Amino acid sequence: MDYFLQQLINGLTLGSVYGLIAIGYTMVYGIIGMINFAHGDVFMLSVFIALIIFLLISSLVGGLAIAVALILVLIFAMALTALWSWAIERIAYRPLRGSFRLAPLISAIGMSIFLINFVQLVQGPRNKSLPPILDGGFVIPVGDGNITLAYKQILIIVTTAVLLAAFWFVVQKTPLGRAQRACEQDRKMAALLGIDVDRTISLTFVMGAALAAVAGVLFMVQYGVVSFSDGFVPGIKAFTAAVLGGIGSLPGAVIGGLLIGLIEVFWSAYFSIDYKDVAAFSILAITLIFMPSGLLGKPDVEKV
Amino acid sequence: MANPKADAPREGDRQPVGISTALRDAGFLALFTLGLSFPILAFRTRQDLTQGLVLDPRWELVATVVAIAFFARLGWLVFGGTITQAATAAANAIGQSLEPVAKYKDWFRWAGLAVLIAYPFLAVAFTGASGALKWIDNFGIQILIYVMLGWGLNIVVGLAGLLDLGYVAFYAVGAYSTALLSTQFGFSFWICLPLAGIFAAFWGVLLGFPVLRLRGDYLAIVTLAFGEIIRLVLINWVELTNGAAGISGIPRPTFFGLPFNASDDGFAAFFGLQFTPLHRLFFLFYLILALAFLTNWVTIRMRRLPIGRAWEALREDEIACRSLGIDTVTTKLTAFAMGAMFGGFAGAFFAARLGFISPESFIFMESAVILSIVVLGGMGSQVGVAIAAVVMIGGTELLRELTWLKSVFGPQFDPTQYRMLLFGMAMVAMMVCRPRGLISNREPSIVLNEKRTIGGDLVKEGHG
Repeated sequence: MDYFLQQLINGLTLGSVYGLIAIGYTMVYGIIGMINFAHGDVFMLSVFIALIIFLLISSLVGGLAIAVALILVLIFAMALTALWSWAIERIAYRPLRGSFRLAPLISAIGMSIFLINFVQLVQGPRNKSLPPILDGGFVIPVGDGNITLAYKQILIIVTTAVLLAAFWFVVQKTPLGRAQRACEQDRKMAALLGIDVDRTISLTFVMGAALAAVAGVLFMVQYGVVSFSDGFVPGIKAFTAAVLGGIGSLPGAVIGGLLIGLIEVFWSAYFSIDYKDVAAFSILAITLIFMPSGLLGKPDVEKV
Repeated sequence: MANPKADAPREGDRQPVGISTALRDAGFLALFTLGLSFPILAFRTRQDLTQGLVLDPRWELVATVVAIAFFARLGWLVFGGTITQAATAAANAIGQSLEPVAKYKDWFRWAGLAVLIAYPFLAVAFTGASGALKWIDNFGIQILIYVMLGWGLNIVVGLAGLLDLGYVAFYAVGAYSTALLSTQFGFSFWICLPLAGIFAAFWGVLLGFPVLRLRGDYLAIVTLAFGEIIRLVLINWVELTNGAAGISGIPRPTFFGLPFNASDDGFAAFFGLQFTPLHRLFFLFYLILALAFLTNWVTIRMRRLPIGRAWEALREDEIACRSLGIDTVTTKLTAFAMGAMFGGFAGAFFAARLGFISPESFIFMESAVILSIVVLGGMGSQVGVAIAAVVMIGGTELLRELTWLKSVFGPQFDPTQYRMLLFGMAMVAMMVCRPRGLISNREPSIVLNEKRTIGGDLVKEGHG
């Protein structure tokens, strides 16, 4: 029982990170129908940005409370990653809007290759590891064993919940969110009604990247090690989460992320750690084949 | 770039920009670049002796990048109109001067073929026996493998309009079946080659079957997932594949039973030649050339068969296709099988060429590179795919040769590090400039009255 609960907590932690990345995929897909292949690498870039900012802060102002330092890191990482994502959208995707379907996909793959190699070039190919940032946790006795609820796991789950609530508010209640939902339904009509579609799409990329940066900071806190190639697999898993939840649906992305995290952790815990990625990819394939609209997505009706 | 009034220059209607506006705009871009380069460029993380991370500031690099951004933008704003006009004029002049040449298209085709066949000899003639090794192996054979893979994927993506992001899986199946059959059962390359094609085609059907109902991006993602699953199985199924360590000692292909070595019954001894490693390279070059041309020839012939026409019809309109009684299941599966088979052939060649394979060679990036070659070349255009492969693979290989740059940037400068970086940038730039690919015209397979070429934008990209 205690083993099960421990894995449940671990799974939820991992799932939160996937869910945050998945939102970036699902929003961009919802609004321009494009798989943003570079999103996983934007996440990887955000981990590097967070890492450098963290080192910078701790070297400039030593002895700063860890909570303050992490909040500063979070703010900077979100802002700078958003800037990158804005630039990527502006350079690689906006000129291809309305072009044929494969062009933005290839452009995104090119961007992904660029980002991986850019980070490898400017930061070196080796793994970057930090000493543990937030140690310790609550030990809760359950039955005849203990489960550990690490502080960083609490941090991850709470941060995810708070930011998702804030994000949900933006999408549901603000003019920007309304514009986004309008563009998602019908871009041309939204433009006719005075919505600046290009700006809305840019802001969608910015928001997705900011959430990916949150995931990046949490990833740094949890694992403390990153390399330039760490974007692809989390990116694919987050995309799987978005598909599983129903692409285009925000709560779906979060639920999908949590599910993927849980499945991955339980698979590793009870079956075989070697095949955990195979499990994630198989879920992706099975979902798409048998349930293409996912858990919460709208079925895709084809008009002839 | 940041100023919406000044961006998106269109030819003809460009207004001259005042110098103060230009300065402000360029300054804004410089500030933006500063934001992008901080902190990822400004600080390099380094492991110190205690294994802790320390930061090395590199502000001079950031300053250089920001200055380049500033002056490039300024130069573009001030002289951009003139540059655009000059470029358009030059392009038109080149186009006009090429017009009479177009008449000799067939002649060019034969000349190109002659150059290809003579390529290894030319390499030896120009660079000598030891220098030619590199030019034949890294350039000739490497590019031709990608040309063949591009042509194979072109059947699936360009003709049938099925977007496949896991093509490298079939390449892997071909390579691993060759490696396993030859090392475990002692089959020779010439038996493994067709078997590899058959296995790959079988896997093409097997993986194609569940994805028949999927369309568009979903198909792309599922094929990507299948490609990754196959790679992960190759890594983890250690008993069969030796895992990440790979399989070594794959026998090299022989020339009708004559091995390319210095022994008495080798190729050189049999023909009374002096032994040199060039013989094997020559042989491999002509082998992959023949395989690539086989792919091309089969594709061209297939387009005239009912099944090939069904592929193209499927790409143009699946619903119309079904209404006319075309069996879309068979059509799609044959396209998958056909494309996979050539991927398998290429994989068999790859395994036999290096004598060693590991799952490292079959990562997703390979699929992405092959797909980008197909799209950059212009989907469905055979010549375009070949040109794209030469440009993208040859171009990045050529970077290895730019050692003279060391004298400009100092001895630490290594141009090969920039290979994939530039590859990614080139992919984006080519898509932005020519979203329909390099070769923008097509020759339809079926015509009503006279044979003529049409614009590539008239060809559909398919739904699948």
